[in-house]
Amino acid sequence: MLDLSFESPKPKVIAGAKHDWELVIGMEVHAQIATKAKLFSGASTQFGAEPNSNVAFVDAAMPGMLPVINEFCVEQAVRTGLGLKAQINLFSAFDRKNYFYPDLPQGYQISQLYHPIVGEGEVIVDMEPGIARLVRIERIHIEQDAGKSIHDMDPAMSFVDLNRTGVALMEIVSRPDIRGPEEAAAYVGKLRQILRYLGTCDGNMQNGNLRADVNVSVCRPGAYEKYQETQDFSHLGTRCEIKNMNSMRFIQAAIDVEARRQIAILESGGSVDQETRLYDPDKNETRSMRSKEEAHDYRYFPDPDLLPLEIEQEWVDGIAASLPELPDEKKARFVKDFGLSEYDASVLTAEVQNASYFEAVAGAAGDGKLAANWVINELFGRLKKDDRDITDSPVSPEQLAGIIKLIKAGDISGKIAKDVFEIVYTEGGDPAQIVEAKGLKQVTDTGAIEKAVDDVIAANPAQVEKAQQNPKLAGWFVGQVMKATGGKANPAAVNQIVMAKLGL
Amino acid sequence: MSDLNKLKLAEARDALRKGDVTSVELTEACLSAIEGADALGAYVHKTPEIAIDMAKAADARIKAGDAPDLCGLPLGIKDLFCTKGVASQAASRILEGFKPEYESTVTTQLFDAGAVMLGKLNMDEFAMGSSNETSVYGNAVNPWKVDDRQLTPGGSSGGSASAVAADLCLAATGTDTGGSIRQPAAFTGITGIKPTYGRCSRWGIVAFASSLDQAGPMTKDVRDAAIMLEAMCGHDPKDSTSADLAVPNFEAMLTGDIKGKTIGIPKEYHMDGMPAEIEKLWADGTEMLKAAGAKIVDISLPHTKYALPTYYVIAPAEASSNLARYDGVRYGRRAQIGKGDGITEMYEKTRAEGFGHEVQRRVMVGTYVLSAGFYDAYYNRARKVRTLIKKDFEDVFAQGVDAILTPATPSAAFGLGEMQNADPVQMYLNDVFTVTVNLAGLPGISVPTGLGSTGLPLGLQLIGRPWEEGDLLNTAYALEQAAGFVAKPEKWW
Repeated sequence: MLDLSFESPKPKVIAGAKHDWELVIGMEVHAQIATKAKLFSGASTQFGAEPNSNVAFVDAAMPGMLPVINEFCVEQAVRTGLGLKAQINLFSAFDRKNYFYPDLPQGYQISQLYHPIVGEGEVIVDMEPGIARLVRIERIHIEQDAGKSIHDMDPAMSFVDLNRTGVALMEIVSRPDIRGPEEAAAYVGKLRQILRYLGTCDGNMQNGNLRADVNVSVCRPGAYEKYQETQDFSHLGTRCEIKNMNSMRFIQAAIDVEARRQIAILESGGSVDQETRLYDPDKNETRSMRSKEEAHDYRYFPDPDLLPLEIEQEWVDGIAASLPELPDEKKARFVKDFGLSEYDASVLTAEVQNASYFEAVAGAAGDGKLAANWVINELFGRLKKDDRDITDSPVSPEQLAGIIKLIKAGDISGKIAKDVFEIVYTEGGDPAQIVEAKGLKQVTDTGAIEKAVDDVIAANPAQVEKAQQNPKLAGWFVGQVMKATGGKANPAAVNQIVMAKLGL
Repeated sequence: MSDLNKLKLAEARDALRKGDVTSVELTEACLSAIEGADALGAYVHKTPEIAIDMAKAADARIKAGDAPDLCGLPLGIKDLFCTKGVASQAASRILEGFKPEYESTVTTQLFDAGAVMLGKLNMDEFAMGSSNETSVYGNAVNPWKVDDRQLTPGGSSGGSASAVAADLCLAATGTDTGGSIRQPAAFTGITGIKPTYGRCSRWGIVAFASSLDQAGPMTKDVRDAAIMLEAMCGHDPKDSTSADLAVPNFEAMLTGDIKGKTIGIPKEYHMDGMPAEIEKLWADGTEMLKAAGAKIVDISLPHTKYALPTYYVIAPAEASSNLARYDGVRYGRRAQIGKGDGITEMYEKTRAEGFGHEVQRRVMVGTYVLSAGFYDAYYNRARKVRTLIKKDFEDVFAQGVDAILTPATPSAAFGLGEMQNADPVQMYLNDVFTVTVNLAGLPGISVPTGLGSTGLPLGLQLIGRPWEEGDLLNTAYALEQAAGFVAKPEKWW
C-alpha cells in the first residue's frame, strides 16, 4: 500500500483592525475539454484561427439548427471524474441557461444544472511535504463556452468572435474547503496537473483554457469548524464571486484583496452583499460586476432539443481501465520504489513527461536517486537555460543513464560527468564512446597516481613543509595532481595517497 | 389532360409514369393556378424558376426510369422550413431578408425524391396561431366560402391548407405543435397527419416548441398523405430527438380493412357547448367505423381537461427560449437604434418591432413561467401533468385500443377578424382536441368526413399508437372510404 498520508495545513488568518479573520474559499474551475470539435457542432476548436472561421450553423444559432452531443467530450468528462475519484452519473441531462448577450448567439447556454454527469469527488492539494488540503469536489458538469465580445477595436461598435462559441467546457465545482490564497492557487495547480495527466484539458491558462471563478467569504476563527460539523452554511460569511481568473498569481492577489475588503466592511459594522465581482490587477482591487437590479434570472429548464444522456457502466469501466497512473500515486511510488525525498518526487511528477523521462533514466541506470539528481539538477537546469521542454530534450533518457552508469562504475568523476553531459547535450553521441575517445576515463591505477603525487611532492618542497604544519593545505596537492592527470584521476584515491605520502 | 393542378399525388404519379403528362406540365398548371389566386394569400414567396428547373430535372429522371413516388410532383412548402437560398421567414418580420445557406432535412428528402417546390406558404408567425392572422404577410384565406364573409383557413399551417384545398399545389408540407396541421386541414376539407414525435427530423425547421413540433403532409386524401409522409420521415443524426426506426411503405398498408380493430371514443372530448353538427359528425364517424367492422369502446382520458393549460405553459416556455436567438445581431431585421443606445436598446427595439403581438405574448408568458419563483408552480407542474396525459393514452392502448376517434375542431372555420377582440384563450380553444396528441407525442390525423349545417367542411381526428402511422393511416383510409367526402370549394378568387 502506498503511503499518501498527510496533515492539513493551518488556515490563513488575516488580522483585522478589531480581531482575526479566517478565509473560506470555494472554486468553480472551467476547463476546456481537449477535443478537436465543439460540444454540439462539428466545428473546429483550434486556438488562434481567423475570427469567426470556426463557426458551424449551430454555433451561430441559425434558425432551425439543432445540437448533437459530441461523444468524445462526454468521455473526457467521465475520464476527468474518474481521475478525481468522483461518482459518475449514468443518467445526466442538459439544461438551458437563458440570457441575452451578443457572444451567446442562441440566447442560452446549454449546461447541466439539474443532473450533472459527475458527482462528488476529491482532490489532495499538496502544500509542502506531509502537508496537504483535501478539497471535496461537489460536481462536474459539461457546458458550452460563449464567444468573445471585443469592445476596443472601434469607438462606436463592438465586435463578436464566435470561434469559442460552443467549445466544450467542464465546470469543476469544489466545496468551500479551501482556506487561503496559496491553497487556492495550489488547488488550481493540482487540478491542472491531474487534467494534464488525464489528457482531458491542456491546462493552458493564458489562452483561457483553464480559468476559475473564486467564491470568497470571511469568518471568525471557530466558525468554519461549526460549518464542518453541521454542513450548515449559515455559520459562514456572505460570499462574493470573483469571475474569470486565469492566472495563479492574480487568483492569490484577488482573494487577499477581496478578503480584506470584506473584513473592512464587517469591522465597520456593515454587511457584505452577495454579488459577482471582477478583479482589476492594475489597481489590485475587485469591483462589482452588476448591481442586484441587473441580476440575471437564468430561467433554467431542460433542453428539449437533447435527450437525457444515458451511459453504460460498462463504458465507464472501460474508461476507468484506461486511466493513467495519477500524480499522487506516482509520487508515492517514486518515494517508495526509488527512495526519493517527497520533494524530489513532487518535482519529478509535476508533469507526466518529466516523470516518464525520469523513470526511463532510473530504469536504465539502475539508480533512482542518482537519476533524480541528474534529471532535476543538470537536465532541468540546462533545458531551462535554453527555454526548452523535456519533450525536445537533446539528451535522451538512455544517454543520461549512460552517463550515470559511467559514474557508478567509477569510470568518470562527477565533474567529468558534467563535461560529458554538456558534450552529449550539444553534440550528441554515446557517453561511453565519448569518454573513451576523449580519454576522459578516470585513472584508478594507484601506481600511476602515486607517481604523479611523488612528482608534485618532489617539485614543491616548500609547500610540503607548509602542509605538514597545516594539514588543511593538503588540498593544494590534490588539486595539482588532478591538474597533472587532466582531471582523470579518481579524486578519492588521490586524496588518500596525498595524505599518506605527506604523512598526515 | 386538363386541370392538372387538381390531381392528387397518386394520380399524378401514375400519369407521370405512364408518360401521359410531364412534370413541367404539372408544374406549369400549378404555377398558373397560383398566379390567379393572390386573393387567397396562400403563397408568400413564389419560386416559379426554381420550380420549372426542378420539374425538368424530374422529367429527366422519370425518363431514365429513376423515379421515386414523389418525382416530378409540385408541392408547396410552409415558410417555417428553411429552404436553401429561398426566403424562409417563419412569416415573421424579424427574419426579414433571411435566406438560409442550408436546406431542412424534410425538404431535402422531398427534393431528393424529385418533388418540385412551387414556393413558400403562409402561416401564423412562428407557427403561433390558429387562424393564420398573425402572419407578417397578412392572413391566408380559406377557399371555402358560404356567405360574404372571408373565412380563416385555420392555423398555423393556413397557407398550406388553403393552397391544397384550392389546388394551388398537389400537396404541401405543414408543421404541427398543437394542432397546426390537423385544424387547418379540417377547416379546408383536406387531410393532414402529424406523425409520432421523432418521426420527421426537425433539423432546419424554425423551432417553435421543440418538444412538440413535428412536420407532416397536408394532402387531398389519405393515400396522398401516406405517400408523402413516407418521403418526409426517417432517422436524422442531426436531430437528437429523431427516432432511429425503419420507415414502412405506408401506402401498401392502405387495405381499408379494419375488421377487429378497437376504436376508443373518449368521453372527455364531449365538451360543454359543442355545436350539434360536431356531435353529429362524430357520431356518424363512429357508426362508419363500426359498420366497417371495428369494435367501438367508450374510453376515458381523465386528464384531458388539463391539456390546454399544460400546453399553454410548455409551448410558450420553450418558445421564449427558442426565439431568444432572434436578436438582430447576426441575421434578419435589426431595428434602427438611436444615439446613445446600447446593446439592450438594440435588443428591445429589434424584438419589439420584429415580433408581432401574439409572439410577444407567448414569449412573455414563457419567460414568466420559467422565472425564479414560478418555475415549480407552472413549468414543472405542467411537465408533471404532461406525463399524466401521456399515461392516459398509454393506459387505453394497453387495454387494446388501436385508435381513438375525436372531432378535429370544436367548430367549422370562422370568419377572419371575428376573434380579433376576443380573449386570446378563445382562440386557444381551437386546439382543444389536438394539443393532447402533441403533449403525448402521438400520431394524429384529420380526415374530412362531412359538411356542416352551413356547408363548410368538418373533420374528424384519429389518434394512433406511437410509431404506428401505417395502421393509423389505414383506419383513416377506411373512414375516408365510408364518408365519401368529395366536396370542393367553389372558385371565387
